[in-house]
Amino acid sequence: MTYCPIEPARGKLLTFRQIQCEGGTLSRTRTPVVTGWFTGEQDAFRLLGTRCSACATVFFPREDAFCRNPGCPGGELAEVPLSRRGRVWSYTDSRYRPPSPYVSDPELEWQPYTLIAVELESERIVVLGQTVPGVTVADLTVGMEVEVVPGVLNEDAETTWTTWHWRPTGVTA
Amino acid sequence: MLGAGMHPWGKWGRGFVEYGTVAARAALADAGVDWRDVGSIVGADTVRGGYPGYVAGATFAKALGWQGARVASVYAACASGAQAVSTARAQILSGIADVVLVVGADAAPKGFFRPAGGDRADDPDWLRFRVLGATNPAYFGLYARRRMAVHGDTVEDFAQVKVKNAALGALNPNARYRKRVTAEEVAASAVVADPLRLLDICATSDGAAALVLSSMEFARRHGAGNPVRIRAVSTVTPRFPNTVLDLPDIATDSAVAVEPAAETFRASIARAAYEEAGIGPEDLSLAEVYDLSTALELQWYEDLALCGEGEAAKLLREGATGPGGRIPVNVSGGLASFGEAVPAQAIAQVCELTWQLRGTAGDRQVTGARVGITANQGLFGHGSSVVAVR
Repeated sequence: MTYCPIEPARGKLLTFRQIQCEGGTLSRTRTPVVTGWFTGEQDAFRLLGTRCSACATVFFPREDAFCRNPGCPGGELAEVPLSRRGRVWSYTDSRYRPPSPYVSDPELEWQPYTLIAVELESERIVVLGQTVPGVTVADLTVGMEVEVVPGVLNEDAETTWTTWHWRPTGVTA
Repeated sequence: MLGAGMHPWGKWGRGFVEYGTVAARAALADAGVDWRDVGSIVGADTVRGGYPGYVAGATFAKALGWQGARVASVYAACASGAQAVSTARAQILSGIADVVLVVGADAAPKGFFRPAGGDRADDPDWLRFRVLGATNPAYFGLYARRRMAVHGDTVEDFAQVKVKNAALGALNPNARYRKRVTAEEVAASAVVADPLRLLDICATSDGAAALVLSSMEFARRHGAGNPVRIRAVSTVTPRFPNTVLDLPDIATDSAVAVEPAAETFRASIARAAYEEAGIGPEDLSLAEVYDLSTALELQWYEDLALCGEGEAAKLLREGATGPGGRIPVNVSGGLASFGEAVPAQAIAQVCELTWQLRGTAGDRQVTGARVGITANQGLFGHGSSVVAVR
């Protein structure tokens, strides 16, 4: 179950993290914060929704039991990856520490993060998400193109909780 | 509407039952009705973690003294109070009750509203906090930024909503915040969720509001020949696909298979109320709208069709929605001056209409008020609008 994100480099000094990974028992498990909402690594990373076989409506977060289109007779719901790129519908930030169940270290000074609502053209849906760390509201405009990338929400003793992040295209950091 | 009463909004450190009982007794006294003659009581449940908290109807019936009345409790997030009014009205119109007491009260927890505890990955309200840390003000920030980008609203426009509402709230003895606020003070307050600052966003408060409703026949027998009358209570739900990112959702519906309706959910709430009442926006004397944020008040101007899309800031700048304007909005001081006591808030809006239409609103009276509307929206596809006339 343990997943090591870092390839140990032969002949080089290993970080403590890499030693943990190589040891295999002490390392954190990478676990999606929600099961089935996204998949893949790096360029292959995608949000996952479902699509109704009868009316073609796409759902994110996924609906697996029923189609919510009131005019649809009801079809099979199959998993479908969402478009990787979309455009900023709006954005904001969180200048104050959100309450639980959001996880943050109360010992550390609060670092605001940025939220973007992104419009995916082919799905005609708007999906909210945090930006990659370091992007602030000053870097964004409505209509700007962004892409989905894998991110880390928080880490605890055993687990690295993974999530999706939005990143303005053209930014590679 | 025979009677209206409130417990002042604030942070009083006591329980919701006490607040609700005070408001209920005030409404009964205002109506001149003995509690023992009330045939039905409808309570708006308290809110805890986005979901129904304490049962309201039976709690207030017990606190006022069991007297055998029919009882109901309702929950519809921010629209709970209006659904309580709707339930009472339906009972009266169907003939199963002559006089109904409606009560909503809450003692709000401090700070951001937060979801109930535990790991609940099947609960959208829990998920938005766990996955995104998306507080209510974060959504308000998204709406505000969208308005700035699409309609050219400015943060100065938003601040002017607060300036207007604070000046009106200063005149209202039931309001929590009774100090005037300047645009400079808004601009100097801390950013909570860009572009919104602390003074753009409504607080959470303790408070209670109650109404005594009756049939027209009972009102006449009771000596109220020309009471304020409810003409419409709209409690419609959204239509699929809902293309505005609503609390507490992480995404909108997809519009790929079904073309969205021409009007948004919020606009449909108001339209249903207008249609039921047989009036239009041009007939209004005043409006009480849910200004969870300053920018949302502007949004409501358009959703109530007080002006065209994108023209709300212009309407505000012209003074049309201020005291003495064409259509004063939130003459009570609004949520900006009250802070939100969720189950009481929609009832408080109707209390303000009642006093305004009676002509007893004191320093904040809208001259010659004949027709008023309320509007609100809350979690999980709830919203409401009430039209009252005299």
